[in-house]
Amino acid sequence: MAREYKPRVVTANDLFEGDTVYFTASQSWSRDHAEAIVAWSQDAAETLLAAAETQQDKVVGPYLAETVMDEHNRPQPVHFREVFRTRGPSNYFHGKQAGA
Amino acid sequence: MYIYNNFDEAFVRNRVAEFRDQVQRRIDGSLTEDEFKPLRLKNGLYLQLHAYMLRVAIPYGTLNSAQMRQLALIAERFDKGYGHFTTRQNIQFNWPRLKDVPEILDLLADVGMHAIQTSGNCIRNVTADHFAGAAADEIEDPRPTAELLRQWSTDHPEFQYLPRKFKIAITGSPNDRAVTKAHDIGLRMLRNEAGEPGYEVIVGGGLGRTPMVGKIVRAFLPKADLLPYLEAILQVYNVSGRRDNKYKARIKILVHETGLDEIKEQIEAAFERQKRDFAGPSADLVAEIEAAFAPPVFDNARSLAFEQAQADDAGFRAFVETNVAEHKNPAYGIVSVSLKPVGGTPGDATADQMRVLADLAERYGHDELRISHEQNVILPHVRKADIPALHQQLREAGLATANIGLVSDIIACPGMDYCALATARSIPVAQEISRRFDELKLERDIGPLKIKISGCINACGHHHVGHIGILGLDKAGRENYQITLGGDGTESAAIGERTGPGFDAEDLVPAIETIIETYLELREDASETFLAAYRRLGAEPFKQAIHGDRGGRARAA
Ligand code: SF4
Repeated sequence: MAREYKPRVVTANDLFEGDTVYFTASQSWSRDHAEAIVAWSQDAAETLLAAAETQQDKVVGPYLAETVMDEHNRPQPVHFREVFRTRGPSNYFHGKQAGA
Repeated sequence: MYIYNNFDEAFVRNRVAEFRDQVQRRIDGSLTEDEFKPLRLKNGLYLQLHAYMLRVAIPYGTLNSAQMRQLALIAERFDKGYGHFTTRQNIQFNWPRLKDVPEILDLLADVGMHAIQTSGNCIRNVTADHFAGAAADEIEDPRPTAELLRQWSTDHPEFQYLPRKFKIAITGSPNDRAVTKAHDIGLRMLRNEAGEPGYEVIVGGGLGRTPMVGKIVRAFLPKADLLPYLEAILQVYNVSGRRDNKYKARIKILVHETGLDEIKEQIEAAFERQKRDFAGPSADLVAEIEAAFAPPVFDNARSLAFEQAQADDAGFRAFVETNVAEHKNPAYGIVSVSLKPVGGTPGDATADQMRVLADLAERYGHDELRISHEQNVILPHVRKADIPALHQQLREAGLATANIGLVSDIIACPGMDYCALATARSIPVAQEISRRFDELKLERDIGPLKIKISGCINACGHHHVGHIGILGLDKAGRENYQITLGGDGTESAAIGERTGPGFDAEDLVPAIETIIETYLELREDASETFLAAYRRLGAEPFKQAIHGDRGGRARAA
């Protein structure tokens, strides 16, 4: 039996800075998870990932990550690893949480 | 210390130029990531969760003050003002930008450092006892051998594509401070009956997914036979190592599957052949390297300042008790500087602290610094009479934490705060344990205890050989921690035993506290260490304590 599909976003690391980025509706990359385009079906997810993979000159290692919508209908990370990637390390106020 | 000769210098500079070109081609799009990745890894450049990470080798853990200052400069200019010392005697910079990496490598080359062979299926940075050249129990300084191994293995054509990465550790003392039994090859120096120095050769140790204590393949190998013998081991591995399965490719699996007797025979046969073609390095080269590691000229003037300061100042006395080890010269001490302040990140040093350490090494320490696999910094040669002044200056720099070997001297890998492979965080666990035991004020009463934490099964935090080991896992989308007990990384090496189901983050530190309370209750007296008590009592009383009551069972997931 096919597993139930869960909505996903495409995320990667920026080629130049190395920080986390998210694929958007305009086929570009945002540093804000909330701006990611959501794939609502397996087909859409595959198409999105294939499109992201053509942008090797901007990002490294795009992959699909599960998402849920918040009360403003913006995608949020689900797994703790993805939550950390939106913030930065927990031992210093560095990375995205510091606006850097 | 060993200074690069012209050949080393040209080699490193060439590699930097080559990498500069590769980075440029990646940035302008002419190299794909698939093409670039193996090239960057060969130069120590990883891509982690939040940024690139550059891993720089500190061969056999030895630095001089100029090198330490250069690391400080890099930390300041290209990182966020700090660096992270690892359990492999490397330093990692967590925030470099891709385009800056060639410049960083050039700065490193200026002080004879590089990031080569910190990644890939080659012979990695050779690690050594951090007290090398200073320890009272030492037979010989192991670093000339480590340097010989570095020169021999760097870009050795036969060993660039081994079945898997290959780690060698070496200690010049019978007391093993270099965890030699957890390496692909471990070398422990000892003397034979005739009193000649040689090596006990240990093969097939390793942590990670399948932890194993290394096995002795040669009880005594004369020093002169070392290189041909190691070549023989590597030949056997290169031919028979399992290339079909990444998880079975380390030499420990080959040793395990082939059996010790058979592997010994194969190695000895290869050694016989090898010795005919290659008798070892030239005597000139060996002499040249040994001269580079000649001990400093010690000042033997006697003084009672050290004793007097201990009598006058309890803080200093506590520091001496834990952080000063016996030097082979009785007028000297080995000073360990803890990078584990209460609530701090194990192994991190700020650029300012690195500069202070460089200054102090220059002023009091014959310009020598060491980095230990336990993520601390060592000033190996300090006149006892100077230790009080040194301590005062460490205090001012926030570097006088007197906890070496105690509960808060925790090894922790970067875990999911940085590492892309992690399954859970390890740094916050270390921070919480150290804060908790600081509150309890029990540290000195507990005595020697090694806690080691890894953020995934790769075991960079050496959890298997921690007296208390902690392994962070992802259990159905939650961080969950497995506890092992009774591990030991010394010459009496042992792999820790799992205590049962893991604990969620909020229950972990209370469980650690329960284990330690149990020890305090059950030990014969204060002289029985945690490890000794565990060996006497077995795992049961500890398991009972953390899992026995129903509450404990409900908490543990
Ligand atoms: S043990 Fe795992 S999480 Fe920790 S540094 Fe190694 S690979 Fe990363």
